[in-house]
Formats: sequence, structure tokens, C-alpha cells
Amino acid sequence: MKLTDEEEALRNGEFGPAAQWAIEHQIKVGAYLGAGDFVPVTQAHIMADTESLGLAGVEWLERMAGLPAQHRLVRIPTITDPRGTDFAAAHRLKQQPWMLDLERRAIAAFEALGVLMTDTCINYQTIMPPVHGEHVAYGDTGVVIYSNSVCGARSNFEGGPSALSAGLTGRTPRYGYHLEEQRRATLIVDVGWTPRELNDWGALGAIVGRLAGDYWQVPALVGIDRVPGSDELKHFGAALASYGSVALFHIAGITPEAKRLDDVVPAGAPLPTHNIGEADIRAFQASYAKAIDRVDLVVFSAPQLSLLELQQLAGLLDGRRATIPLLAVTSPQVKPDADRLGLTGRIEAAGGTILSGMCFYQSYAREMAEANGWKLLATNSAKLVNIIGGYGYTPALMSMEACVDAACAGGKIVP
Amino acid sequence: MSGEIFHAAAGMGRKLRGRALVARDGFSARYDLDRVRGIFSRPEHSLAGESYVGRVLVLDAAKGGVATAWMLHEMKARSVVPAALVLNAVNPIMVQGAALADFTMISGFDLDITQAIPNGALVEVDPTGERPFIRIV
Repeated sequence: MKLTDEEEALRNGEFGPAAQWAIEHQIKVGAYLGAGDFVPVTQAHIMADTESLGLAGVEWLERMAGLPAQHRLVRIPTITDPRGTDFAAAHRLKQQPWMLDLERRAIAAFEALGVLMTDTCINYQTIMPPVHGEHVAYGDTGVVIYSNSVCGARSNFEGGPSALSAGLTGRTPRYGYHLEEQRRATLIVDVGWTPRELNDWGALGAIVGRLAGDYWQVPALVGIDRVPGSDELKHFGAALASYGSVALFHIAGITPEAKRLDDVVPAGAPLPTHNIGEADIRAFQASYAKAIDRVDLVVFSAPQLSLLELQQLAGLLDGRRATIPLLAVTSPQVKPDADRLGLTGRIEAAGGTILSGMCFYQSYAREMAEANGWKLLATNSAKLVNIIGGYGYTPALMSMEACVDAACAGGKIVP
Repeated sequence: MSGEIFHAAAGMGRKLRGRALVARDGFSARYDLDRVRGIFSRPEHSLAGESYVGRVLVLDAAKGGVATAWMLHEMKARSVVPAALVLNAVNPIMVQGAALADFTMISGFDLDITQAIPNGALVEVDPTGERPFIRIV
């Protein structure tokens, strides 16, 4: 990789050992993925829950945090993805003290590095949405795909070590979606039915993700007959990234790089085209509910809920009572507004629990299942149903309304 | 078939030998593994229930989220870890995770590598040269 004088200085340790490690890590990654040089980035976003970090990862962070202050601080605004707990509610989830201790240690280490503990995967709705053409280093697949596709920003998937590296060096290797030529469509998806509910959008994302298949594919959708809202594209993108490891999509006439389909289709290159209709979306959803007629809990998470999703949930629960656990997970930025506007009170009066700053699958989901006797889970998140099976759950993908109905019927799924 | 060499587009880590564990499925440490027990745990994965510890995983494409970037390091620290990853297609997360963990990985072949390597074969993975490769021993 071609290095500037500043990057050579970083590599030589002139900015301290943390930045030196960081740029060596980035060079290793960039060389593997064919980067020719670095691109400056304006923000970094780190995924680092302690279930992923483990003790080894926390100790690794603590060693970096133990460096002198002038040798360890991030150089650009650097924020965090959800943590592995909501300390205020950990006892209700039956999380163990060792989990909370590990979380506290990780938080202390990140704070010593100058990282802002925002604990959110919806920073594009709540913190600082990137703008068209802005190069960033984001570390949650849902954040990356939304920022690339809806905002027109430039980011690859930056895992925790690489996002932290970007924070420490202020740059990232220039490969993948930092390059204009990588942002062209590689397949076209003709959608014959525009989704209505959030779980429909998630199911569409999942189907497109399976068709795309890997990180380097860029689907372009045609046929969407109205402009989707932010929460709809949030669920669509999160599922597409989860099922397909996809980091960028276009919707003709809607997303900023595809005012017309021709804008993102390479000239003279016939692309594979797929058709998806309502029957495909219903069949996908049915595949996750077969043989389940009751659930142990309902979870709204992955991504964290916006204020408007919480308002919808409160409306569905008004005057009713959830008789199985109903967990709704949001960000620390949304939670105070939900409290102030009475949404938290309405949801919790109906038996629900609002959790802040965590995400269900990033919070020791296997241990929570064992401690609480949870196995069968209903959610409106296609991303969550894709992940949670590996943690021992059997998930059902349903609308928010159907999930609430089940929660208020003792877990029985209402046909 | 013994001795046949399959070259990859890129690689990192150390040269090693091990028994191949092969499937046409993708790979994500978060989605697919019970990292405490060292087995594939995702019910839909064709290797569900199989131990991955010490095996050379030969799989299709990197899948899922960003957690694998930390998890390879965590798995290696506890020695409940595959020997190497051999993939048709990587995403950046696998590369970042392998770089942090100093883990052996090669990727990018002219053919479907999951069809070329028999499950259980003793293989050698060498990412150290200009042309990384996997070879059936």
C-alpha cells in the first residue's frame, strides 16, 4: 500500500504504540483486500459487546487503555454499538455478575481511549447521520448498509478491531465501498409487491440477501411503488446485510445513487434479474413459524427501536396485558424521550420491559435462554430470526401486532 | 487427487496441516457456532453438531455480522478454534478477524473449493508465499 508521510510516521510509532498497532493492522487488512492506499474517515463506530470480545478481548483493550494518555486517544469521533447489557435491567434478564463485570471493564477501557459510549446500532437515526459521499468506518452491518445505501456514505463493514484502528489513525484502507466502481449494481431484483409491515421489509431483505450471496454483490431493486420510511429501510437493510453479508443496495428512483436504474447499472453489462412477489415474502415468513403455536417470549430488537416504533408498540399494548415476557430494546438516545413522552410508562404498564443500550442477540442470549427457560421466541425482526437459532432458540417472524397479540394471549400464536 | 494444489487469491497467517471439515454453507462465528462447546450450532447449517476445533474449515462465503472480527481472537485465546479457514469468498470482517488473531486463512479460487476438497481429507494450507494454496496431502 502507498503510504503518506503521516502514515509512515504512524507506522514508525511517532504517534504512540496504539496508533502504530492500528495502522499495521489496517495495512494487513488492506493488503489482503487489494487496497492501494488509505482514505481519511470522519467517524468510527465500534461493535464490541463482551460476548464477542470475551475475556481475551477485554484484556487486550485494557492493555491499550493502560498506555499514557497522549499515546492512546482516538483522533476522530468514535462511538459504540450496543453493549451486552442494560445495567438497570440485568437482574430481570437473569444476567450474571461476571457478565456485568466484564462489561464495566470494557466500558472503562473504551472511555480511556476517548471513545463515546453511545451504545447504539441506529446512530444514523439518532447521533449523526453521515452525508452523501462522506467516508466513514462503521462497525455494525445494519449501520453500514443503511449509511451506504440510504445516506450515500462510503463504508465497508469495519469489525471492532478495524473500527478502533480507524478511530486511532483517522483513516481506513481504500477498498470495497470506498471505491466508486464497487458501488455499481451486480444484480437486479424486480419486486412485484411493496412490503407493508416492518417484518415484510425484513423478509424482503432476507430473500434478496440469499439471492445476492456475498459481500461483493450490490442488488438494485425496481418496482417499489412508494418511498419507504427510515424504519422500513432499517429493517430491510439489516436483514439484507444479515442474510447476504451485503453492504450496499440501491432502489431505483428512491436511494440517492439510483435516481434512475441506469445510474447504477454498468453500461453494456446484462445483469442477472430476479423476481420477488408477495407469495415469496409470505412463504419466507411461514418457514420460520412452522410447527410453532406458542412462544415463551416476544422480543423487539435488532435493530434497536426508534421512537416511532415505540409509539406504535405502546398503541398496540394500550388497555392490554402481556402475560409472557415482552422485551423492547432501544438506544440510550431514544429512551429518555420515550420516558418523557410517556411511551415507556404505557408499555411497562401493560407488562412490557424497555431495555436501553443493548441488543438482544449481543447480550449473552444463550445464557439468558438457559437462566429463564426461554426457547420459543417471536419477533418482527428478520435479522434476529437469522441469528438467534444458533443460540438455541426457535424463532417465529411475525408482525409487531401479531407479536403483541401472542404476548397478551399467554404466548399462544393467534392465527 | 492426493497432492493436487488449489491456489487462492489471498492469504494470511501460518503454514499448517489439518483435517478438512467441508460444507457448501457459509460461515459466521456469531451465527453458526456454539463457541463454548466448540461445535456448529445453527440448526440450518449442514455441519450442525460437528466439532470445528482443530479442523481446516472449507466453506463457501463469509456471512453475517461483524462479531467474527473479535471472536476469532477470543476463540484462539481459549484454544477452542479451527485450525484455518478456507473460503470461496471473504468479507472484510473475516480478514479483520484473522489479522487480529494471527489466524490462517486463504480465499478466492478459480473453482468452488468446497467441491474440490473432500470432507475429512488431510490438507496443507500455505498462505505464506506469493500464491497461497491448499493441497491435499
